Amino acid sequence: MEKRIEAVKMQKITKNFGQVVANKDVNLTVYKGEILSLLGENGSGKTTLMNMLSGIYFPDSGEIFVNGREVTIGSPKDAFDLGIGMVHQHFKLVDVLTAAENIILGQKGKLDLRAAKEKIAEICNRYGFVVDPDKKIYNMSVSEKQTVEIVKVLYRGVDILILDEPTAVLTPQETEKLFHVMRNMKADGKSIVIITHKLNEVQEISDRVAILRSGEYIGELITAKTNPQEMTNMMVGRQVVLNIEREEPVNPKPRIRVEGLNIVDIEGISKVKDVSFTMNSGEILGVAGISGCGQKELLEAIAGLQPVVSGSVKYIEDDGTEAELIGMDPRKIQEKGVALSFVPEDRLGMGLVGNMDITDNMMLRTFREGKKLFTDKRKPAETAKDIVDTLKVKTPGLETPVRKLSGGNVQKVLVGREISNAPKVLMTAYAVRGLDINSSYLIYDLINEQKREGVAVLFVGEDLDVLLQISDRILVLCDGEVSGIVDGRTTDKNTVGLMMTSLQKSDQVYEKI
Amino acid sequence: MVGIIAFIQGAIGQGIPLLYGCTGEILSEKSGNLNLGIPGIMYVGAMSGVIGSFVYENSVAGELNPFLAVAIPILCSLLGSMIMGLIYGFLTITLRANQNVTGLAMTTFGVGFGNFFGGSLIKLVDAQVSSISLSRTSSFFTKTLPFSGKLGWFGDVFLSYGFLAYVGIILAIVVAVVLKKSRVGLHIRAVGESPTTADAAGINVTKYKYFSTVLGCMIAGLGGLYYIMDYIKGVWSNDGFGDRGWLAIALVIFTIWRPAVGIIASFFFGGLYILYIHFPMGMVMNEIVKMIPYVVTLVVLIITSMRNKRENQPPASLGLNYFREER
Amino acid sequence: MKKKKHEKLFHMVKRDDISTSVRVAIKLGAIVIALVLCAVITTVATGYNPVEVFFSFIDGAFGSSRKIWITMQDTAILLLISIALTPAFRMRFWNIGGEGQILMGGLGAAFVMMNFGESLPSGVVMLLMIVSSIFLGALWGFIPAICKAKWNTNETLSTLMLNYIATQLVAFFIVYKVPSGSAVIGIINQKTRAGWMPELFGSKYMLTILIAVILTISLYFYVNNSKQGYELRVVGESEKTAQYVGIKVGWVIVRTMIISGALCGLVGLLLVGSKDHTITTTITRGLGFTAIMVSWMAKFNPFIMIPASLLIVFMNKGANNMASAVGLNESFGEILLGIILFFIIGSEFFVNYKIAIKKDRKKNNSEKSENKGLTDVSKNKYEKY
Repeated sequence: MEKRIEAVKMQKITKNFGQVVANKDVNLTVYKGEILSLLGENGSGKTTLMNMLSGIYFPDSGEIFVNGREVTIGSPKDAFDLGIGMVHQHFKLVDVLTAAENIILGQKGKLDLRAAKEKIAEICNRYGFVVDPDKKIYNMSVSEKQTVEIVKVLYRGVDILILDEPTAVLTPQETEKLFHVMRNMKADGKSIVIITHKLNEVQEISDRVAILRSGEYIGELITAKTNPQEMTNMMVGRQVVLNIEREEPVNPKPRIRVEGLNIVDIEGISKVKDVSFTMNSGEILGVAGISGCGQKELLEAIAGLQPVVSGSVKYIEDDGTEAELIGMDPRKIQEKGVALSFVPEDRLGMGLVGNMDITDNMMLRTFREGKKLFTDKRKPAETAKDIVDTLKVKTPGLETPVRKLSGGNVQKVLVGREISNAPKVLMTAYAVRGLDINSSYLIYDLINEQKREGVAVLFVGEDLDVLLQISDRILVLCDGEVSGIVDGRTTDKNTVGLMMTSLQKSDQVYEKI
Repeated sequence: MVGIIAFIQGAIGQGIPLLYGCTGEILSEKSGNLNLGIPGIMYVGAMSGVIGSFVYENSVAGELNPFLAVAIPILCSLLGSMIMGLIYGFLTITLRANQNVTGLAMTTFGVGFGNFFGGSLIKLVDAQVSSISLSRTSSFFTKTLPFSGKLGWFGDVFLSYGFLAYVGIILAIVVAVVLKKSRVGLHIRAVGESPTTADAAGINVTKYKYFSTVLGCMIAGLGGLYYIMDYIKGVWSNDGFGDRGWLAIALVIFTIWRPAVGIIASFFFGGLYILYIHFPMGMVMNEIVKMIPYVVTLVVLIITSMRNKRENQPPASLGLNYFREER
Repeated sequence: MKKKKHEKLFHMVKRDDISTSVRVAIKLGAIVIALVLCAVITTVATGYNPVEVFFSFIDGAFGSSRKIWITMQDTAILLLISIALTPAFRMRFWNIGGEGQILMGGLGAAFVMMNFGESLPSGVVMLLMIVSSIFLGALWGFIPAICKAKWNTNETLSTLMLNYIATQLVAFFIVYKVPSGSAVIGIINQKTRAGWMPELFGSKYMLTILIAVILTISLYFYVNNSKQGYELRVVGESEKTAQYVGIKVGWVIVRTMIISGALCGLVGLLLVGSKDHTITTTITRGLGFTAIMVSWMAKFNPFIMIPASLLIVFMNKGANNMASAVGLNESFGEILLGIILFFIIGSEFFVNYKIAIKKDRKKNNSEKSENKGLTDVSKNKYEKY
C-alpha cells in the first residue's frame, strides 16, 4: 500500500457549549485522496467537530495540523486559506444573489463575473455538475442549491472538502449523481469528509470510517473490511438488541381517517399527494420515508397547522360519529373536544418555548382553561413537578428555561406534556432524534403505554429498525405519496427501504385499509 | 417660469441634505445595520463643521484662505460623524447592543450635541459676536459653477449650486455602483442579507459592518454640513435642521434601498417640503403637503411588503446583530 | 513557510447563566462610570467643581417642593409611556411609534376640548376626551399591527413614518384652528377650564402620578400573569409555537398594539388635558423615543422602569439647572443623557457575554516548551516534504 499522507490531523479537540460537552479529546486524521465517513448518531458531535475545522467554532482546547503544520483556524477565512471548505447542512447561501455571485463570495480582487462564470463552467465540466450561474438562489431546488455550495467550495480550490449530511435532502438519483462527483474529486486528489449516519452510504462511497459517540472519538475502520453490524456497534456503543415490546392492539377502532389529502407548500411544490390512510385506536401506525418527503406537512395538516389543497381528515368517536378536522386550527380542534397531541420535530421552535420555564411550558396547551382573566399557575406547576419526577428530567429546577436543558430532557418535557392531557390521538415526529439510548427507550415505553390505553398513535421515525419493532402497521411515504402500508410484524427492512425510495405499488404486497 | 426655476432650485437645495442622509443610511442598512441615529449624526456632522469654521473665522482677522475655509469645516464634520459612527459601531457590532435603542440614544445625544454647542459655542470660546453666523466661510460653500449665470434657465436649474450638492449626487451614484458592481459591494450586501453565509465564505463580517456604518455616518454627516454651510448660508439656529434626518430614513424605504433613485426622490421630497413657499395655497394645505412624503413612504413600504418580491425587501438581517457561535 | 496569523487570546463566549446580583452590579457599575464621566465633562464645561455640580443637579430636580412635584410628574409621564410600549416589546414588536400614538391621543383630547368644551357639560366633555384620545392612539397602534399581521410589514419603519404623519396632522390641526398669525394654540379654555382634567388632593400633578402607579402595577400583572399576556409572550418567543397551540398570532399582534397605542393615547390625554392644556407638535418632547430606551433598559419590567425613568428625569432637570446657572444651552442634559445611555447599552454586553481568555493556550505553551525538542523535529520533517 502506498504511503498515506496526512492532510489534516486533529488532536485532543474539546469543545463545550455551556454545560453541554460537544466534543471531548477527539483525535481525527484525514489522508490525502481519500473519502472518509464521519459516522455517529445525531448529537454525537460530528458537525461540531467539522465546524471547528472549517472555522465556525473555535475549540476550547486541542491542536489542529494541516499538512503536518500546526495551525490556528479562527475563522472560515483561515480555513479556506488552508484549503479546507465545508458544505453545511443548512446551506450558507444568500437568497437574493445569483449562483455566480454566491460562488465568488469572499474572494479577493476585482469583481469580474464573466471570468468567474468561465471558471464555474470549467469546474462543472471537470466534475460533472450542472449549474446556471445567473439563477437566483431563491428560485432553486434543494439539490441545485447543494450543487452551488459544492461548486463554491471547489472554486476556492480547496483540497479538503467536508460535506455535512449531504444526502439527507436528496432523492436517490441525486444522491447517485453526488457520489459520482465525489469519486471524480477523489480521483483528482482531494480529500473528502462526509458526515452521515446512513450505513449504506458509508459502504458505498467511503474508504475509511471514523466513528464518534456522544462527543468522543471511538475509532476508525477500513470500509472494505467492516460490516454494518460492526459499525453500528461502535456507533451505538453496545451490541444493539433492539427489544421494544409490541403487544397486539386491543380492540382497535378507526379513530382518524385521512382521505385524498393534497398539500402544496408556499413555493407551489406539491408536498403531499393524494394520501389516504386510517389510524386505529390502540395501535401504533409507523410512518417511514426519507426525510422531507411529506411527513412534516402530513402531521401538521392533521394537527390543523397546515392548509391543504384538498382532501379530508375525519376524527371518529367511539360511537362512530365523525368530525371533519380540515379547516380547524389547533384551538378549534381542542375546543371541539378532540384530544389530539402532537410532538413536533422542531421541539424548541414549535413544541416548546425555549426561553420559558418548565411550568410556563406546561401551560401552553391548557392556559385558556377557566373563565378568569389571569392564568392559573398552580396546576401547570403540579404537572411540571409530576413530569420531572416520573420521567426523571434532569433540571436545576422548575424555573429553568427549557432551552438550557439537554436534548433528551427537553424531549421528556415535551412528550410528558403532550401525554399529560389524556390524548385520544398522539402524533410524534422523530421522537427520539438526538436522544441517548436510555432516553429513547423511555420514550418508546411512554408511547407503548399510550397505545395500551387505547390511544391512536402515529409514529414518524427515521430508524427503520425501530419502526419495524414498534409499529403495528407502517405507512411508507415516497416523495409525498403513499407507496404502501405494510404489517410491521411480517415485513422486513429491505421491503420498506425499497418502498421508501421508489413507488412500486404494483409490485408490492400491501394491505389497503 | 422664474417661479418654477426658483422652486426647482429650492427643491434641490432641500433635497441634497436628504440625499446625503439617504445614501449614508442605505450603505449602513445594506450591511444589516438599521441606524436610527442618522438624525443625530447629521446634527453632529453639521455642528462639527460649524465649530471648525467658527474657530477658524474667529482666529483669522483678514482674508480667509479659500482652501482652509472649505477644508476645515469638511474635515471637522467628517471627524465628528466618524466618531459618532465608531460609537454606534462599537456598541452594535462589537458589543452587539440592540440597534434600535442604540440608534435612538445616538439621536438623543447628537441633537443635544448640536443644540448645546449651537447655544453655547459663543460663550464657550468667549467670542465677541452675538450669534453664530459664518457668512465668510459659507461664501466658499455657496459658490456656484462659473458660468451658471450665463446659460439662462439651464444654468439656473443645473449649475447654480455649491460644490457639496454635486458631491452629494456623485456620492449617491458612486455608492450605487459600488454596491451593485464591485466586490466590496457584493460583500456588503451578503453581510446584510446573511452574515452567517458571508462569514462562512470568509468575509470579515465585523470589518464590513464597521466600514459600511462608519462611512455611512460620515456621508450622512456631510448632509448636515451642506444644509448649514450652503443652504442656509452659515447661520445656525437650534433645531433648525428639524426632522430632516428622519425624512432621510423614510427616503431609504421610499427608494427601496437604491441610492441612485434617491437622487430624484430626494428632490421630490425636498420639493414637497417647500411647495408652499412657491405656490401659496394657504397654511392649512401646506401642512397636508408636508405630510405627503411620509404617507407615500408608508404606502411604498406596505405595498412592497404586500407584493413580497424578494429584491424589494429590506436586507434580510436588518436590525439583527451577528454572533458567530450563536447556537 | 507562512507566518502564523493572529493568535486569538481573547474569545467571546455567550454567558449561560448570570446571577441577579452580578447583573445588577454590572448595570450599577456602568451607571456609576457614566456619572463620573458626566461629572468630569460638566466640570470641564462649566468650571464648577464636581461637588458643586452634584448639588446643582440635586437642586434642579428636588430643590423645592414645586420642583419635586414636577420631577415626579415628569417621571410619571415617562414611566407611563415606557409601560405603554412594553406589551409590544414583549411581543418583539418594535413599536417606535410611541411619539405618534401620544400625539394622536393629544390631538383627540384637544379637538374635543376646543370644539365641545364650552357647549357640553364638563362630565360629557371629559368622557368624550377620554374616548377620542384612546381611540386615536389605538388607531395609530392598529395600523402598523394589521400591516405586520397581514403582510409582515417592517414595524420599525412603519411606526416611524406614522410618527411624522401624526406630527403633521397636529400641525395641520393647529393652523386650521389658528389660521393666521402665530400658529400657536394658547392655553385651551383658559377661562372656563372646560375639559381640564380634575386636580386630585389639591394638586394638579396628582392625577398623572396616580394613573402611573395604577398602570405600572396593572401592566406588570397583565403581561406576566394574564392569559393575554401569556399569549403575547409566546408570540414574541416563537410564532410557530403560538400557532401550534392555536394562538391566533395576527390577532394577538393587533390586540396588543391596540392596547399599547391606547395607553399612549391616554398619555396624550394627560399631556393635553392635565399637564399643558394646549397642544403643539412637540408636546411629547421626544419622550416616545426616550421611553423605548427606558423600557429596554429595565428589561421590560415595569417596576424597574420606575428608577430608570427617575434617573433620566433627574439627569435632565439637573443638567438644565446646571446649564442655565452658567448660561449654557439646556441641551446639555441630552448630551449627558446620551452618555449614560451609551454606557448602559454597552454594559448589556457584559451581561450576555463573557470574555474568555485562553488559559489552556498558555498551558499548551508551557507544555510545548517542555517538549520543544520534539516539536522542532516534527517541523524539520515538514520541511522535507
